[in-house]
Amino acid sequence: MPDTIVVACDGSDASARALDYAHARAKQNGASLLVVHVLEWSPYSFLTPEEIAERHARRTEELARADTAIIAPIIAKYKDKGVKIDTAIKYGHVIDTLVNIATTSNAVEIISGRTGNSGVMSRVFGSVAGTLAQVSPVPCTIVP
Amino acid sequence: MTIIPRVAATLAALGAASSAQAQTIDETVNAMFASSTGWFVNFIFAPIPGTSFPWIVAWLVIAASLFTVYFGFIQFRVIRHSLQIVSGKYSDPNDAGEVSHFQALATALSGTVGLGNIAGVAVAVGIGGAGATFWMILAGLLGMASKFTECTLGVKYRNEYPDGTVSGGPMYYMTKGFAERGLPGGKFLAILFSIFCVLGALGGGNMFQANQAHEQLAGVFGQYPGWITGLVFAVVVFAVIVGGLKSIAQVTEKVVPFMGVLYVGTALIILLMNYQHIGAAFGQIIDGAFTGAGVAGGVVGALIQGFKRAAFSNEAGVGSAAIAHSAVRTKEPITEGFVSLLEPFIDTVVICTMTALVIIITGQLTIDPATGDYILNEAGRIVTLDGSSGVGLTSAAFGSALPWFPYVLVIAVLLFAFSTMISWSYYGLKAWTYMFGEGRNQELSFKIMFCVFIVIGASANLGPVIDFSDAAIFAMAVVNITALYCLMPIVKRELNSYLTRLKSGEIKRFH
Repeated sequence: MPDTIVVACDGSDASARALDYAHARAKQNGASLLVVHVLEWSPYSFLTPEEIAERHARRTEELARADTAIIAPIIAKYKDKGVKIDTAIKYGHVIDTLVNIATTSNAVEIISGRTGNSGVMSRVFGSVAGTLAQVSPVPCTIVP
Repeated sequence: MTIIPRVAATLAALGAASSAQAQTIDETVNAMFASSTGWFVNFIFAPIPGTSFPWIVAWLVIAASLFTVYFGFIQFRVIRHSLQIVSGKYSDPNDAGEVSHFQALATALSGTVGLGNIAGVAVAVGIGGAGATFWMILAGLLGMASKFTECTLGVKYRNEYPDGTVSGGPMYYMTKGFAERGLPGGKFLAILFSIFCVLGALGGGNMFQANQAHEQLAGVFGQYPGWITGLVFAVVVFAVIVGGLKSIAQVTEKVVPFMGVLYVGTALIILLMNYQHIGAAFGQIIDGAFTGAGVAGGVVGALIQGFKRAAFSNEAGVGSAAIAHSAVRTKEPITEGFVSLLEPFIDTVVICTMTALVIIITGQLTIDPATGDYILNEAGRIVTLDGSSGVGLTSAAFGSALPWFPYVLVIAVLLFAFSTMISWSYYGLKAWTYMFGEGRNQELSFKIMFCVFIVIGASANLGPVIDFSDAAIFAMAVVNITALYCLMPIVKRELNSYLTRLKSGEIKRFH
């Protein structure tokens, strides 16, 4: 069973560089990649009755959008390049979710870009790298 | 519904109205309102022949007690598990991003925590004395079982559409649940419920809120015509529900919970400031509950007031919560029942009791030192220190301890009123589209009517508005509880199955 490297990905340039770096490392070490995109979400936020009624539909849309915009291009780019790539789109707190998935997948390393992109993830992704470095259960590489 | 063209005419006249005419417009709206809703109110609150006990109050109490016994005091047995579910301990992480139990509860609560907790309680103790508080708490505790029953059914029989949206509520469990049990009349009950739900949305969920918000504003800033408040509210609500200005609603949804915490926190501080009177206050509550201590109607009077206000505040058995809770993502409908039973507890047993205690402890209800009984006015209401009633009484009580609080209360009342209106506009809309079909025109017609009623509510006197609000909400309970009786074996089956699987470990804890 090859080692797994978790790569945090938000579709930004920084995360693209992180992915390039991770891919190179994985190829070198015979590891596989688990590319994770996290949609920030708290089960303790407050919603209006209408938002509640539409939530399931919105979630389906959000997942589809993340899949086309972020995950699909990655798969297209790295397909057949000699490294096994798995992907996951998760809802939750970004750091907690990354730590969680790294633990459950027995990952040997987490790799993340330093700054995020503008868009949905910007306000949270900006600080992700710093916090991740502090709380990661496995070695963590931050790619500038 | 002959009221609508007349209202339209009145509104048209508004444009030409000078400030001197404003008072007359208020009075016109008032008189028109009282005369067109009186028969409905009289019917709902008719006493049981030979007594002074309204049949509707008995109906609610008996139902809540029956559900409590039938489900083996469910509200006390599962409350720990309820809290675990709300905190997400049993939520599958793979369902993250869906509506959580916490969110469904918070949204349902911001629909129920409203003026009922502030103004309604003041009305109850203003008529029924301190003793009404005891019956209110009891009704809250019993109501937990009603809410459990209706919300479980709400989730179980909701409609899920191909586009992923969800519609649920009594209309759906009446039709689908009755069909499943082979009972006739489901469709009829569903339509009847929908009619009352629309009226309830316009009454308690709208006019009562607008009315009390206006009273609070007028109390702090001086008297001015009610239709002005109504118009402002109507414009903002219109912007949200018709104009799709979601940001206003979202901000409210976030601020309301903090207002609730602030309100309870302040009440606690006032209680601590007067800690030496707490014992005496509970003495008054217990004493009043069983002796009637000189209120109109004695013990029965206190009981009726307590039960009425509790039902109006926490809406247990009314059916509205079943609409709010139905969108949660869960494989086990019963879990939403467990969560929803926290609602009457938070709403009535905690928040309403706080209001009542503050009013009692700050000595707002005047007592004749010679007899120890309340001093009553001609209408049979207890004379308060400054003569206020409803939200004004609560405001005076808080203000006597913390002089700045009435200003905070104005904001709280406005926000509570607003969030309750938004919630009820949704409940009403669901009932409306159930009857007339989904569609832009159908939705728009209801939403516009809803806004018009805000203006009427703010202009009418407290009396006719509260009476109509109560009547409409309780009429929903008549239909809903009938259906709950027919469907409660289904809930029991779900409950037993779930509890067995929970015990055996088949229901997994994730966190």
